[in-house]
Amino acid sequence: MKYKASIQIMPQAALLDPQGKAVTHGLQQMGYLNIDSVRVGKNITLEIEANSEDEAKSAVEESCKKLLANMIMETYSYSLTLL
Amino acid sequence: MKFGVVVFPGSNCDEDLIYCLQKNTKQEVVKLWHKDHDLQGCDMVFLPGGFSYGDYLRSGAIARFSPIMQNVIAFANAGGYVMGICNGFQILCEAGLLPGALLRNTDMKFTCANVYIKATTSSLITSALDTSKALKIPIAHGEGRYYADDITLNSLIANDQILFKYCDADGNISNESNPNGSLQNIAGITNSARNVFGMMPHPERAALPELFNIDGLGLFQSIIQQAQQEA
Repeated sequence: MKYKASIQIMPQAALLDPQGKAVTHGLQQMGYLNIDSVRVGKNITLEIEANSEDEAKSAVEESCKKLLANMIMETYSYSLTLL
Repeated sequence: MKFGVVVFPGSNCDEDLIYCLQKNTKQEVVKLWHKDHDLQGCDMVFLPGGFSYGDYLRSGAIARFSPIMQNVIAFANAGGYVMGICNGFQILCEAGLLPGALLRNTDMKFTCANVYIKATTSSLITSALDTSKALKIPIAHGEGRYYADDITLNSLIANDQILFKYCDADGNISNESNPNGSLQNIAGITNSARNVFGMMPHPERAALPELFNIDGLGLFQSIIQQAQQEA
């Protein structure tokens, strides 16, 4: 079976995200004064050949922990869909 | 002593480092290609500055899994000397050979400038340095903000693993002299076994009289002096 994972990687909540801060300022300068706390992360999609959803999940988690996210500074979440 | 400088796709300080090592240490220096698995009997391996693998995903994240890095990691874990400068420091953190991580500079800028640092402990690369003297060494990075969680930071301090801190020309360590927002002005660290070294500033760009700055020379002199003592 083939699954598609959509992985979201975000800077850890406690860490300053200068990129998000700069975007917040940009939006506010455009007049969107009701917008605040922008944080910029990454979205990664990938496809996995696996025998079960559990197998696909463990492949995604392992990839996130080993390479796609740096757990010292980032967090990850994902959703899986069967293709 | 035999030095090896790893060349990744995107390394751009490898030639500077090789030239600097050859001129200042008069030792054999070889290039180590990222696809190889042979450290060629080197006594110390350097990971140079640059943008290995285009800094894709995160600085150093892909380089950390390149073939030669598996040998560098094994070499370091067996006590071999490894030093990473700039992108090399980022790779060592990604590889888990050094604790913590290097985040985007607080001001979002890629900063290319002469800054001052001072050595804060004795080690292979700092033993010949005067810890009261500020050294003028250039930095050139966009992701140099050293970060570690509280537990890691406390253990770095307790074990005296902070090698360099950013300071002003008089050696004062302050927020104003911190170019990137690094925790505690940290510019370089070592591991607990004190055989792996990482720093964001580029001593190899400040170790030749032709460049009108030899403040970085002491690092290379430290390495040679220590090596001679150990021999």
